[in-house]
Amino acid sequence: MNFNFELLINLGYIVASLLFIIGVKQLSSPETARRGNLNSSIGMLLAVILTLLNKDIVSYEWIILGIVLGSLIGAPAARLVKMTAMPEMVALFNGSGGIASLLVGWAVYQVGSGLGIGTMLPIFLSVLIGGITFTGSIIAYTKLAELIDGKPTIFTGQHILNIILIAVTVVLGVFIVIEPTGITHLFGLEAYWLFITVIVLAGILGILLVIPIGGADMPVVISLLNSFSGLAAAAAGFVINNNVLIVSGSLVGASGIILTNIMAKAMNRSIGNVLFSGFGATTAGHGKVVQGEVKPISAGDAYLVLESARSVVFVPGYGMAVAQAQHVVKELGDLLEANDIEVNYAIHPVAGRMPGHMNVLLAEANVEYDKLREMEDINPTMNTVDVAVVIGANDVVNPAAREDESSPIYGMPIINVDYARTVIILKRSMRSGFAGIENPLFFKENSRMLFGDAKQSIQALVSEFKAT
Amino acid sequence: METIYLLFILMLAIVTGFELISKVPATLHTPLMSGANAISGISLVGAILSAGSADTWVTIVLGTAAVTFATINVVGGYLVTDRMLAMFKKKEAKK
Repeated sequence: MNFNFELLINLGYIVASLLFIIGVKQLSSPETARRGNLNSSIGMLLAVILTLLNKDIVSYEWIILGIVLGSLIGAPAARLVKMTAMPEMVALFNGSGGIASLLVGWAVYQVGSGLGIGTMLPIFLSVLIGGITFTGSIIAYTKLAELIDGKPTIFTGQHILNIILIAVTVVLGVFIVIEPTGITHLFGLEAYWLFITVIVLAGILGILLVIPIGGADMPVVISLLNSFSGLAAAAAGFVINNNVLIVSGSLVGASGIILTNIMAKAMNRSIGNVLFSGFGATTAGHGKVVQGEVKPISAGDAYLVLESARSVVFVPGYGMAVAQAQHVVKELGDLLEANDIEVNYAIHPVAGRMPGHMNVLLAEANVEYDKLREMEDINPTMNTVDVAVVIGANDVVNPAAREDESSPIYGMPIINVDYARTVIILKRSMRSGFAGIENPLFFKENSRMLFGDAKQSIQALVSEFKAT
Repeated sequence: METIYLLFILMLAIVTGFELISKVPATLHTPLMSGANAISGISLVGAILSAGSADTWVTIVLGTAAVTFATINVVGGYLVTDRMLAMFKKKEAKK
């Protein structure tokens, strides 16, 4: 056959790349987002089919086995996962992408002999970034799923250990890249074992990258790891000289970095500060100790406050996700609206454990899109709000960010719930929030604490409304 | 020369990526992230090439595992993103 398959495949890869670009573009606008995801998946399907036509493929059984296995794991996981567990699911998928890039790099290294620097450098990078992405995502998963303590894990000499490990990895990398298959005398090990050592080190670095990061900083880390998985794929693209991997990998890398930046900015911190400071676990102060009395409120009294309000703003946080309270919140919102009370939902950009976490949960509960108000949008009108209901949010409504220069979160933009006439705070106990930062909000004159599980508390309010 | 040409593509794609999504409404942060995450499963292409040309048990294991993980990323990522976006869609239709 004279037909040029090679050319056809490469032309097809261009179409696939275009579909990815269009898909990402459409994903960034609410009207087109779903079509964008579909376009991008068509691009993926096209890329896979074209790859199957490649003449280098001699047998299909292992490919089929892998695709069947992967689909059997991936599809049910995506279908069955609860919306409240979305951050950990995304972390797991992300980790899968990372290790896939690592394995691609490794497989090429395993086969190759006399690989040049042009191939060895990307192999090193795909293994390194892929490995960090994999273990980092797994640790993020275990933290988010609360399999291990979500608090930052800090030990003495952590920074020094990190620096030493990075230095060793770079040195090994240089050796491998320069002399890929030859025998080097570094530590008396052959290049192959140096390569395996790099894989292990990459894994350890991923763990060390994520363990010092606390729950509230997770949105930054999740989007950074997302960016890494793209970069790892782009590196794998250089390994196998494939355009479509480079284009889509760097698209993901770039978009991930933008998202990471948005998240970091919303916390008034730099990415470096999030990664290396071990937020809240440092010896730096936890802010002024606030003295005063908190004023508890019963569900019955909270009902009276809400019932006489004209405008109510709900401010959800991670606590709403934990209590899975989004549906009852929506129910309460509907009841308030039925009583001619204006209801809005104020969403802080880093509320929850991943970018946009609260939006997803409230969308699941069918809260209308235009009722979800962004922080900059709602803050100027906060002093006209009668009741702000804080549901399991803490740091994102902490006025210390505005008032107390000694507070670790000083300077972070917050939702100014304390400007509302009354603030009702739903909280499990008086335990201070993540990282033990004092929250003067609880002691303000206009604050009322409604203690208990968020879902049960809201449920109680709903019952009060229905009883009348 | 091939490397230079690939670096050109890398540069253009990164610039495109930055330009494409400079402004994203907060509502779409999660779907965008998980949709992008699905795209990063493009390593599947490399994984298929590895698994299809593997001839030793080590490369077979590496290749098959790579295909499996990349497929989890791709299939799971696209489905979960679509599921989230469907929830947003439903409300718009109701309005």
